[in-house]
Formats: sequence, C-alpha cells, structure tokens
Amino acid sequence: MIEVSCTIKSALKGQNFEVTLKPHLTVEEKRLAAADPYEYMEQYFTLNEDLKQMLESSKDSAKLDAMKRIVGMIAKGKNASELFPAVVKNVASKNIEIKKLVYVYLMRYAEEQQDLALLSISTFQRALKDPNQLIRASALRVLSSIRVPIIVPIMMLAIKEASSDLSPYVRKNAAHAIQKLYSLDPEQKEMLIEVIEKLLKDRSTLVAGSVVMAFEEVCPDRIDLIHKNYRKLCNLLVDVEEWGQVVIIHMLTRYARTQFVSPWKDDAVVEEYNENNFYESDEEEKEKDQKVKNTYTMDPDHRLLLRNTKPLLQSRNAAVVMAVAQLYWHLAPKSEAGIVSKSLVRLLHSNREVQYIVLQNIATMSIQRKGMFEPYLKSFYVRSTDPTMIKTLKLEILTNLANEANISTLLREFQTYVKSQDKQFAAATIQAIGRCATNITEVTDTCLNGLVCLLSNRDEIVVAESVVVIKKLLQTQPAQHGEIIKHMAKLLDNITVPVARASILWLIGEYCERVPKIAPDVLRKTAKSFTNEDDLVKLQILNLGAKLYLTNSKQTKLLTQYVLNLGKYDQSYDIRDRTRFIRQLIVPNEKSGALSKYAKKIFLAQKPAPLLESPFKDRDHFQLGTLSHTLNSRATGYLELSDWPEVAPDPSVRNVDVAESAKEWTGILGKPKKEKPTEKFYSESEEEENESSSTSASESESGSESEKENKVEGSSDESSGSSSSSEESSDNESDSKESTAKERYRAADESDSEDIKQKAKGISKKRSTSSSSDTESTSSEESSSDSKSESDSKSESGKSRSATFSKKEEKPVQDRKAPNKQDVFLLDLDDFCPVTTPVAVPTPAVLSPSLTADLEGLSLSSSSVIDVTTQVSVPTKTHELLHRMSGKGLAAHYHFSRQPGIFGDHMVSVQVTVTNTTDQKIENIHIGEKKLPPGMRMHDFNPIECLEPAGSITVSMGIDFCDSTQTASFQLCTKDDHFNVNIQPPVGELLLPVTMSEKDFKKEQGMLTGMNETSATIAVAPQNSTRLVIIERVVKAANLGVVPSGQDNIHRFAAKTVNSGSLMLVTVELKESSTAQLIINTEKTVIGSVLLRELKPVLSQG
Amino acid sequence: MIHSLFLINCSGDIFLEKHWKSVVSQSVCDYFFEAQEKAIDVENVPPVISTPHHYLISIYRDKIFFVSVIQTEVPPLFVIEFLHRVADTFQDYFGECSETAIKDNVVIVYELLEEMLDNGFPLATESNILKELIKPPTILRSVVNSITGSSNVGDTLPTGQLSNIPWRRAGVKYTNNEAYFDVIEEIDAIIDKSDTKIFNLIFNSVEESDNFCVSVASVKKFHLPLCCYLQNPRLLDDVSFHPCIRFKRWESERVLSFIPPDGNFRLISYRVSSQNLVAIPVYVKHMISFKENSSSGRFDVTIGPKQNMGKTVEGVVMTVHMPKAVLNMNLTATQGSYTFDPVTKVLTWDVGKITPQKLPNLKGIVNLQSGAPKPEENPSLNIQFKIQQLAISGLKVNRLDMYGEKYKPFKGVKYITKAGKFQVRT
Repeated sequence: MIEVSCTIKSALKGQNFEVTLKPHLTVEEKRLAAADPYEYMEQYFTLNEDLKQMLESSKDSAKLDAMKRIVGMIAKGKNASELFPAVVKNVASKNIEIKKLVYVYLMRYAEEQQDLALLSISTFQRALKDPNQLIRASALRVLSSIRVPIIVPIMMLAIKEASSDLSPYVRKNAAHAIQKLYSLDPEQKEMLIEVIEKLLKDRSTLVAGSVVMAFEEVCPDRIDLIHKNYRKLCNLLVDVEEWGQVVIIHMLTRYARTQFVSPWKDDAVVEEYNENNFYESDEEEKEKDQKVKNTYTMDPDHRLLLRNTKPLLQSRNAAVVMAVAQLYWHLAPKSEAGIVSKSLVRLLHSNREVQYIVLQNIATMSIQRKGMFEPYLKSFYVRSTDPTMIKTLKLEILTNLANEANISTLLREFQTYVKSQDKQFAAATIQAIGRCATNITEVTDTCLNGLVCLLSNRDEIVVAESVVVIKKLLQTQPAQHGEIIKHMAKLLDNITVPVARASILWLIGEYCERVPKIAPDVLRKTAKSFTNEDDLVKLQILNLGAKLYLTNSKQTKLLTQYVLNLGKYDQSYDIRDRTRFIRQLIVPNEKSGALSKYAKKIFLAQKPAPLLESPFKDRDHFQLGTLSHTLNSRATGYLELSDWPEVAPDPSVRNVDVAESAKEWTGILGKPKKEKPTEKFYSESEEEENESSSTSASESESGSESEKENKVEGSSDESSGSSSSSEESSDNESDSKESTAKERYRAADESDSEDIKQKAKGISKKRSTSSSSDTESTSSEESSSDSKSESDSKSESGKSRSATFSKKEEKPVQDRKAPNKQDVFLLDLDDFCPVTTPVAVPTPAVLSPSLTADLEGLSLSSSSVIDVTTQVSVPTKTHELLHRMSGKGLAAHYHFSRQPGIFGDHMVSVQVTVTNTTDQKIENIHIGEKKLPPGMRMHDFNPIECLEPAGSITVSMGIDFCDSTQTASFQLCTKDDHFNVNIQPPVGELLLPVTMSEKDFKKEQGMLTGMNETSATIAVAPQNSTRLVIIERVVKAANLGVVPSGQDNIHRFAAKTVNSGSLMLVTVELKESSTAQLIINTEKTVIGSVLLRELKPVLSQG
Repeated sequence: MIHSLFLINCSGDIFLEKHWKSVVSQSVCDYFFEAQEKAIDVENVPPVISTPHHYLISIYRDKIFFVSVIQTEVPPLFVIEFLHRVADTFQDYFGECSETAIKDNVVIVYELLEEMLDNGFPLATESNILKELIKPPTILRSVVNSITGSSNVGDTLPTGQLSNIPWRRAGVKYTNNEAYFDVIEEIDAIIDKSDTKIFNLIFNSVEESDNFCVSVASVKKFHLPLCCYLQNPRLLDDVSFHPCIRFKRWESERVLSFIPPDGNFRLISYRVSSQNLVAIPVYVKHMISFKENSSSGRFDVTIGPKQNMGKTVEGVVMTVHMPKAVLNMNLTATQGSYTFDPVTKVLTWDVGKITPQKLPNLKGIVNLQSGAPKPEENPSLNIQFKIQQLAISGLKVNRLDMYGEKYKPFKGVKYITKAGKFQVRT
C-alpha cells in the first residue's frame, strides 16, 4: 500500500516538474530580454516554433499542452498573436478543453488577425445549429465575442435566431450578444432594439437580467419598451439571479421616476427646507406623511415595485441590498424608506471595500434624513484598526447624526478619536467637532473649550486644525471670546503650520479692537519674521497691518509701511499685487479716489460666518449606489434620475392584453361540474402556493354554462375600458361600471341568473378584503398571499370565488349584503377569470397567454422549454369506480379532469364523484390500502366525513401513473366497510397539452424520427374531414394541445407525458379519398403506439 | 460592465490579466500604483479610482489586488461583490487564493474567468455550476490526466445553469444523507475604557456543510426537502439568506425551508441587535501607562473569562498596535508566548486556553524612544477567542425535517462563538 502511494507521488512530482519548467524558463528569458533583446527574440521564436509543432501534432495531449502554455502567455500579457494560424486550426477539435482554450485565444486575438479569424466562423455557424442548447449558446458566445466587423451580418442573424430559440439559456446568451454587437457596430441599433423588444417579453428568469442589461446599454431612453413588461419584471425579480436583480432594480428605479407621481408630494419641499432645522423629530415626520397620505394614493404599480423588492433586502449579495436601498430611497414614501437602514448596517460587517461604498451612501442619506440611522449610531463607532478612509466616513456619518440627545456621548467618543495615533483622522475629528458645535448651539461653548484645550496639544497638526476650527467658530459669535484670541496670539510663537498661523493672524486682525494691546505687538513680531513666512501667512500679515492701520494708526503706521515695503519686493506676484492694492486703499494720497474713504468699511465689514458643511452635501444629486455617486462626478454613461412628473403618465400603458384568446377557448370548455367542497385547498394554498393550482382547477370545474357567457362578456368588455388595475380610482367610475355590470348580468343570464348574482356578490366581498389589505401597504407583506402582484391578488379573489360559490347555499342571505361599492371589481375579475395562482406551473384554464406569461415566470420550474398549456377539452365520459350494488349503496364514478399538476407535476388528476344511494348517512369515506405497481404514487382525497342520503360529492385525487396504463388499485373505505376498486387510465389522459409554434413542432419532430415514430393510414369518415371536427375529436380522445397549422390538410397536436415530460407529437395528414396518415412522434414508443391505436377509431368512426 | 481584470501582487507586479472586451493596456494600472503609493498603507487604497478614460475598481484580498477596469457607469458594489466572488472561487478551487496558487493553475483560472463573466456581465458565479464545467484540480486527477490525457474540463454540460436554482447540481445522490450545520457567531464589540461596553453586535453565520440527497424529481418539484426549525428565531434582528431559502416561509413561520446546494455553503447570516443584551464572555484588566520624561512605561494585562455556561474560552490571541515611540518591550507572560515586532510595533500574545483558576497575565516594561514625547493615547487591544459548543445569542437549531424521503436524515449541529472585531480601549 505504502509503495503504491509512493509511486504515485513520484509520478506526480515528475509531472509537476515538467509543467513548472516552462514558466521558469520564460522568467529567465525575461531577464535575458532585458540584457540582450536580439538574442531574446531569437530564443522566443524558437520557443514559438516549438509550440507550433506541438499544435500541429496529431496527439491531443501535445496540443493541449501547447494551448495551456499559450494561455499562460496570454495571462501574463505576452504577445502570442503570431501563433494564430496554428491555433485557429484547432477550433474544431473534438477535445473540449482544447476547444475551450482555442476559444479563449480567439477572443483575445481575433481582432488583430481578422482575416484569419474568419476561418473559424463556419465552425461556429455549424455549432449554432447543434441540438444541444449549451453548445448553441457557447457558439453564440464566442462568435459574438470575436470583434471582427466583417461578420456583423452573421452575428445579427445569429442573434435573431437565438432570440427565438426554445432554450432560455440560448436566449440569455443572445441578450449578451446584443451588447457585444452594439459595441462593435452601433449602426445596428435599430435592429437590435427590435430583438431587445422581443426578448423583454420573454418570461424566463434567466433572460430577464441579461436583456435588461442590454436595454440599459443599447437604448436606455426607450422607456416605452418597458411599459408592457413592467409588471412581469416586478414579479420575476425575486427569482432572477442576483446580478440581474441589480441591473433590473436600477432600471426600474429610473422607470418609476418617470411614470409615477411623487409619494413625497409637498413634504419633499418642506423637508428640504427644514434641513437646517435638525431637530425635527420622527413623529413630526410621520404625521406629515399621514397628512400626505390623505391626499395621495400610490399607483398600484408603484406599490408593486416596492413590495416586490423588499424581500431582496435579505439577499446575501451586497450589491442587491444596496440596489434595493437606493430604490427605496428614491421611490418610497419617506416613512417607508427607513426599513433599508437595518440591512445597510448589516453590510458594514462585510469587507473593507463594501464598507467603503455603503458608508458613502449612508453618509449621503444621513444628511437628508438623519432619523433613518439614528438608532444605529453605535454601529458607526470607529475602531482603531479601521483603515483611514473608513474612519473618515464613519466620522462623517456620526457628525451627520449628531443631535442634542446624543451629542454628549458623541463628544466623548470624539475625544477618544482626537487622541488617535492616526493624525489625519484626529484632524478630521476636530473638524467634526467644529461642525457639531455650529449645528447644535447648546454645545458650542463646550466644544470651544474642548478645542482650546487641544491647542496645548503636542501634535502640531492637531493644534493647527483646532485653530482653524476655532477661527470659524469664533466668527459665528465673536463677542465674548477675547480671552481665546489672546490665548491664540500667544500660541503664534510656537505654531509653524501656515494655515494655523494665517488663521490666528486673521482673527487678531478681524477683532483687533477687542485686543487693542496685543494686536500691534503681534504685528511687530510677524513683521520681523515676514520674509520667512509662507505666502498664506504673508497675506494675512498684510491684512493685519492694513486693519491695524485703519483702527490704530498711531501705533502701527510705521510698522504697516515697513510691512508694505517688504511686500512690495516680495517674490510672489500675488503678494506684490496685494501690497499695491492695500497701499492705494489705505494710505491717503492725492491719487487715491473715493474708495479710500470707505477703506475701513471694506476691511472691517461684518463678515458672514462660514457654514460648516458636510463634504457629502453635494452628492445627493447623483443616484445612490452608482459609480458617479462614489466619485462625485458624472461617470460616462451615467443616466440621470429624472424628477417626478407633475402628473403621472397614463398608467394603462402597463396593462397587458388579456382579451385576445379568452373567447377562443371558452367555446370549447367542457361540461360543467357540480361544485364540491374545496375547503381543504384553500388552507393548503395558503401555505403551499405550488399546490394552489388545485383551487383554480376547482374553479374552472365549477365554471357553469352561464359563467362561460360571463367570460365572453368580460372579454368583450375589456376593450371598453375596465382598465383592469386602476381599481382604486374614482368612485363615479366604479358606480357606472357597477350598473353596467348588473345590466349585463341580467341580460346574460337566463337560467342561473340567481346563482351568478350570488356568486358575484361573494366575489366582490372577497375582493374587497383583498383590496383593502392591498392598500394597507406595509402590513400586506405579512400574509404570503398578498405580497404578490396586483394581478395576483386578483387571482386570489378568483380563487375564493369558488369557495363562496360552494358556501353560498348555506348562507345566501349574508352574501347578499356584500358592499355594493366593490361590485365594480366584478368586471375586472371577469376579465381575468378564471384566474390561476401564479405559482402553479402548468397554468390551467382559459387564462390569456400574456397574463399567464407574467405569472408563470414566478414559478421555479419554468425552465422547461415548452410550456404546458391549458386543457382544451374536458372529456365528459365518466367511468365507473364502484357500482352501487357492489358498494352496498355507495356508488363512485371517476373521470379525468385534465387539470395539470394539482398535487404535483407528475400526478394525473382524477375527479371522483361519490354518491350515496342508501337511505342512511355514510360516514368517513376515505382511501384505504393501496396496491400500486412499483413507482406509482397516489395522492388521496381528503376523507369525506359524512355523506347524506342521496347526496353526492366530488373529490379530486392525484395519481402518478408513471406514464403507463397500468391499473391503480386501492380500497375505498367507509366507516365500516371497504371495497376494492381500481382505476385504469386511458392513454390519452397520461398527457398534458403543450403549446408550440409550427416551427418548433417541426423542429422537435425532426429530432424524433426513426424508432420514435409510429404511423398508420386510416380511413376517415366523410363527416370527420373538417378541421374543427378533427380537432374536437382528437382532443376529446386524448389530452393534446392544438398546434396552429399553416396547411389545411395537416393537423398537428402536441403534448407531453405527465410523469417524464417527454414530448408526444401527433400529426394527422388528410389524404385524398378519405384516408389520412396518422403519425405519432415520441420517445415513449409504447405509449405512442397505444395512443395510435386509440386514435384510429376516433377518426374513422362516423 | 467589467472590461478587464488585472491581478497585482504586493510588490506591484501584474501577474495575470484578462480582458472580456477589447484589450486594455497594462499601463492603465499606473494610476492604480500612483494611488497605492499615495495611500502608503495597502488598506487605504481607495476601492474606486477615476482615470481619464477608465475607472478602476479594486479589492484587496490575501495580499493580491484584484483591479478591474470599468468604462461606463456601473454600481460599484456590483463589481466589488463580483471580484470577491472571484476570489472566493479561487479559494474554493485551489484551497488558497495566493499568487503562487493562481500562477500554478493559470489555465484553470483563465477558464474560470471565462465562464464567470461574459462581455463583462456575470454569467456563472455559482460554485456548483463552475465545478461541473471545470473540475477543480486534485492530486489524483492530475495524475490520471497525465496518464490518460483527459482534461479538467467537464465533458458533461451543466444543467444547473439552465434552471432557476443554479446553486444545485442535477442528479446528486448519496447513500447517506447528512446535513451538518455550523452555527458560528461572532461578537463585534468595542469595550470602552471604563469597561462599559459601547456596543456589541453579534454577527453570525450559520454555515452548513451537507451531503444531502435530493433526487432530480424532487428538485424539480416544489416540495422542499429540508426544513430547519430554529429555536427562538425572533432573536434575529436582521438576516440575509442564501437564495435557496424560501423567503415566504421565513416571513410567515420563521422556518428555514430550502433545497440545499451540494457542498458547503453559507445558509444564513444574521445579526442580533444590541438590545438583546448578550454577555461578553471575557473581560480584560489592563494597566498601561507611559511615564512622563522617562523612556519607559508599564504594561500589565490580564484576561479572564466571564460566566459562559461552563464552556472554556480557547484560542485567545491578543494583538496590540503599540505607539510609534515604543522601542521594545520586556514582558513576562504567565501563559502562552508573546512576540513584539519592533518594525511594525505590533505586540502579539498567544494565550491559548483560559483556565479560570489561573488567569493569564502579561506584564512588563515598555521601552520608549528616549527624548520622544510620551504617547498620549494608550493602544487598543484586539482580542480573538473561540468558545466551542456555545452560541452566545441562544440560537439553536431545533429540528430538521426532510421531505421526499422516509427516514430521518443525519443531522449534526456545531456551535462556535468567536470574537469578531473585538476591541478593548485602554
């Protein structure tokens, strides 16, 4: 054992040795190159020669080795371009690693060797057609990364093609390629925008981030492209990968600023105006907000955005958290923006760079709304080990947050900082103290005293900074500080820092009348050292002289003239200039004009106190979280955040078309079923959204004849303008709608008008609850159901509709009392109805495709390329499960409801109707022992507690048949009996219909030939030869989706098997003399042939 | 977005460059070097630097600068976060993110960078996907590769990339499903001179390393195979989650329900607010003084444990940045060993385990530069420690439920409390 491991080790060493040898050599060469370039070149070429040979060898390992060394060269930034011809040959290599490395090489050098690069193009073009999506994607990636202008048309074509690829991954890559092509050739902009428009409609979460990125880069101003996709993007956001989230959030922030009115309304003005008034408490702010709320109602779309971004504050990615924070900052009502602070503070536990950026943003935020971060004051305390830049930022924030309440603790904290070994930081602290002192008048004296103490500090920088700050402070209230000025005058002997000296001189000059004894003496001293002073100090000496000359000319006349003479011959022209100016102004002579009379006023004018401001003050005009904000200057490509519009643009542009297909489907909806107890589903749907499709299933189940009519009504109504989402609009409108709605119902109903009305009331009642919780804004997040989109809440009410429907028999009177105001929602509801919950993947019912698209994106399993559609027809045929004779009076029938995925993706749903034909109650009907073939699973229905005599009840259960027609046997039990029953599915029920275009159909069909194809020629009864009849019959026999067909004589149907999701493609091609070719393409050949057998009689029989 | 990436070591050599768009010359890094020179300390190099035509955003990790070149407006955190993700990936692949590791594996590094970014926009950053695309180097594999000529590039194409749950590989199956939770809590605190604690926040992360089976079918399904119940989750003031966690359930029930990725990952990070007063497990008695007019000072530090539920405090290390005027230190430690670096002026005292009977003490004389003024500030003490089997916030993993399988999974939970940024002012 030991020996073996030893050999491995030694083998390994050998290998390592070989590999590491080369880099060593190259380092050597580098040195050589410095010594003798010519010799080096020679060696270099021989080296490359060697590589070329390796590349041309027949062995993959040699090639790979060569490629690895070349990549090593590229990584070091060495030129390897002359190997291009040898490398490009290997682009079609079978070995994946070689291929990848060649790609790396190509992307790096293709630009320089355009002609040769063209050699590789055909390989990529071929790969673009590969059946494997990943190969298609990577081919597109490389093709678009080769920056060769000649291939622009090829790229354009490839992008167009890829943008309608079935695989979302390929489409994602297409979105990336858009940006690359755009940077290569901006001429293509128009065409690319078309592609972007198309991809924006894409509902895959994979694509969303990338296409928005492309949008931002190519056409950020085409905000109109977003309208229709706005809600979808909001809903998808949570499921998009983290990088995409950042981009989308930033884009939506800009979008929202152009589309909604300001939620800050008037208080925005007030707020800014009040900025100097730091004492505004939170309560006041809240009150203000409340006031505003009375007049302002937020656009539901605006709310939707805020609601859907909130969970992202919990992201692990700091960039996402920051993006949400800036969104709330720029878009949320001021009262709500506070929720981001907690998350931002959390980010401070991260590494230095993240801290830096986050602190910068907090600094800007804290200037405007200090209340947001006040509770976290202590999180900004500085550690001695923090880097200086972090320290300064923290200090900045602490200063911004200072108020009367916390100033004493803050000052104590500042005292620690002043003593810091990091003198730069200590100086910044002194400035911070100065700012606190001016901002909070209560502590000005304390601060001043503290600063004066610092004047005796040993460190010069600290002293200098204190002097400067004291100067500023004294300026604000000069009256009572003669002592301090005297003290500072004494300091002049010791301080050497120019700024500080200049400050002291200025102070003495400015208040020379308060210190009449000292001032001339100071001038005397400084005049002596004038020549050795810094320019800054010299100017102040001149100033001091001038001011003293004007106030106390008796003592200082000669001194001043001496100083002026010195200044006259100074090296700096600035000082010479100043000297001349002062002399003319103060020394009266005949030439001097009227100005000298006012000299005193000019020099000793009351000067306004400087405002000590935060250096972050001016950053707020940049969008937070951007590069421009960090740099405090416009970065290239920075997109200005526009101001809120005065009046919101038409919100209806964001409505998605829902009318189109509703009609089409309703016509062939299956026969109505009786309502059934569905309580269970609601409770379930609350906790497990994925299962909630069951509710919508029961929903369409209960769709009665009259409901269909409603739907037609609803959809025709759509155009007439129940602009679906603006339900919180005006009351008048709703009133009128209400009446029309009622009229319609009266007209529409013939038989069950009673039912509908009650139902309608029921809905509206539900509706009202859900909508009210909507307006509650923040609380709405609590309930899982509400945190979804607007349309979602509609679907929510859609769900509850069948609940009320089933309940209404018990208490119809109560339901009648539904508030009539909300009746208006009936219309909205019907527009969307029947609606499904967004998470249910295979979206059942007659939901319009666009809305489905919006909602479906939420689901995690939308990765399947082809989408399962709604069932087109529900077969009316019921099968007997238990005859009443053998069941001792208990009869059971079942039928396949064709509802996909109620209990799970792989379950076929079965509706079982249990009837009690006895004259006694039957209690506790449930499923007992199951005898299922291996692999098969079953989801029981909820036990029926009690069945009244002559009563019947319908329950649904799910069975996973594993794509086989094997029988599911189980026991149907009552309280005191059990009966063996079994269900055998017809093959047509093991399918779920899918929609696809004809093109896709053909493509898929092309991949399923040979073994996977079964066909038969059948005779077709003459009355069966029309399109409608064929579709009707086929769809009735098997759960297939209709594929639109270009030819009249060919009819195509598509479905996938419930369990394994394999495609099942059915083609009916009518031939002459009433025969037809029936072709089935599928991987599941067994099912295929069974299906063929079953479909045959369907068409041939009359 | 991200145009190019340069990796620069501490001595200023650019040892790797990668371009995702057209090539940017190395000379752009001169601006960076300039800033680096100005900053003196590496820690102080600004993360964002503006140059005439580009912007440089950099991070500093493990003695390497990752400098990315940007041309247009981009959220800086986006880039910073990504660069850290790159460094994490290197760490994950090579065990360390050092210059030598990167140089030795330059081809893998290049392949990784190629997959992680497309045209400057992140493509695959999830370690699970990357590992499917490019296999991490192992000793065995490199031997096998050299014999068989096979490669590090995975020949199966990653399917995870195509799904919405990119963190999970497809078809992972284990005979034994085991989930290990590491609850690591870090205490951030500044303890003031007067021994009043200024604030202490606990930052923690529950890291999970697991070996969990989920069949492909149940991944596709919505049923989540794992549910983790925490005791007193209300403690948590603020949390951030791995994307696999279902936020809805957390919101409504405070239950962590998720399909775990394969391998180690950070499940949640949370912060316990300072309102929940958490006892600090150690105390420090210190006496540091510098005498005026004499070139010496006294140094006396004792560390002791506070009540922490009978758990021992281990791995105690104290580091002190002494003032510049300090020339040398003559100390005696009753426990552990100390070192003083006269160049950087850093005193490190490795204490080890604290036994309450005999408290560790470090005492002695500080030699100051003669003639130099006495340092006005006493240095802060940075302390590290570790307590096994204790989550100081009181958080516990109560129960672990699994869906889709009948048997109970093996669950292991390990609690560790550590010092985060723990500083004692003197």
